[in-house]
Amino acid sequence: MYSFDIQRPTSVADAVAALGTDEALPLGGGQTLIPTLKQRLSAPSVLVSLSGIAEIKGVCTGDDGALCIGGGTTHATVAREATGYPALAELAGNIGDPAVRNRGTIGGSLANNDPSACYPAAALASGATIVTNTREIAADDYFQGMFETALNEGEIITEVRFPVPEKGAYMKFEQPASRFALVGVFVAKYADGVRVAVTGASEEGVFRWTEAEKALSSNFAPEAVDGLSVSGDGMISDLHGSGAYRAHLVGVMTKRAVAAAH
Amino acid sequence: MTKVTMTVNGKSVSGEVKGNTLLTDFLRTDLRLTGTHVGCDTSQCGACVVHVNGEAVKACTMFAAEADGTEVTTIEGMANADGSLNVIQQAFQEYHGLQCGFCTPGMVMSAAALLKENPKPSEAEVRDYLEGNICRCTGYHNIVRAILAASGQDVPAVAAE
Repeated sequence: MYSFDIQRPTSVADAVAALGTDEALPLGGGQTLIPTLKQRLSAPSVLVSLSGIAEIKGVCTGDDGALCIGGGTTHATVAREATGYPALAELAGNIGDPAVRNRGTIGGSLANNDPSACYPAAALASGATIVTNTREIAADDYFQGMFETALNEGEIITEVRFPVPEKGAYMKFEQPASRFALVGVFVAKYADGVRVAVTGASEEGVFRWTEAEKALSSNFAPEAVDGLSVSGDGMISDLHGSGAYRAHLVGVMTKRAVAAAH
Repeated sequence: MTKVTMTVNGKSVSGEVKGNTLLTDFLRTDLRLTGTHVGCDTSQCGACVVHVNGEAVKACTMFAAEADGTEVTTIEGMANADGSLNVIQQAFQEYHGLQCGFCTPGMVMSAAALLKENPKPSEAEVRDYLEGNICRCTGYHNIVRAILAASGQDVPAVAAE
């Protein structure tokens, strides 16, 4: 790693101030950033650790019934406490391994927007709202491509609000070495329609499969997806699977998610 | 440099660390607690698992500065007060849950974290919980048997494979 200073503010205001300096980076749980620093792919002068900020941790239910999760909440806490949204709790409980889940945070995952991460699928399929220290961003506007988001430099995710669906499920086909999603599909059925979000597959990062949404909104059953397909063009292609294989898996995992929705 | 103070295996310790000092480095180099192993240094293998405020974490993927003010337990803090092996360590010995022993500190720390939150895990739950701990010697069977034995449950025979 290159050299840097580390700061541990205890409030969002102090963290934002610390991030105002040149070359400062926020540090969530560090489960992606620390390996990145070790490879010298990032060279901040200051790391601003968000792990000491109590006001951005925890799970609660909002006045409108939405599940509100602080940006600094670990995957393990979400898995344990997001009982009002079982599909989301199950997703969190299957990220990485237990030790990683005790450090990694939802805000860190969404800010990083890894194209194979699980949380982006949940946020997009749920029509979640990403709340930062300055504004609220709809999930549909938030994800802007592989590792790209609507966040500005120095902006911190303080909370994520998930409208709770009638039924939902996340199905992940694991890449066998990393256990990241080779393809992951989150299906959420709301009173006004079904949303389907796909992670792991596209070179543009997480995306909504609108054709399947339309079909599932009129008939919420696995067979509603029969005959629908996504193109392998623009899909990630690597030694673990070709673009065409990933495109095929999108259909398979969508059906499995619909069948498992609860 | 930043001053850090933490409780490690029940004793208060402090030291000066750089921003990029990992918790593994602080434990192994500054405190000379070399039982916490660094296998991969990429958060894959789990040989460096310690407990921070009671939760299992990979000490190679956490900065020492972030452990300021916490309670840390390492493998050196796991033995009984009289120095004898604790129930998990004893089970690893009895069920031959190690060969070269390199992964064992992390395995024991992960096993302790599992049994704290799930005192009577099924075999499948043990295997699932060890997803982040890699052993290249044993094939895991005897590690799983040791953890089941430590939980006070019947130990299944190893399936012929």
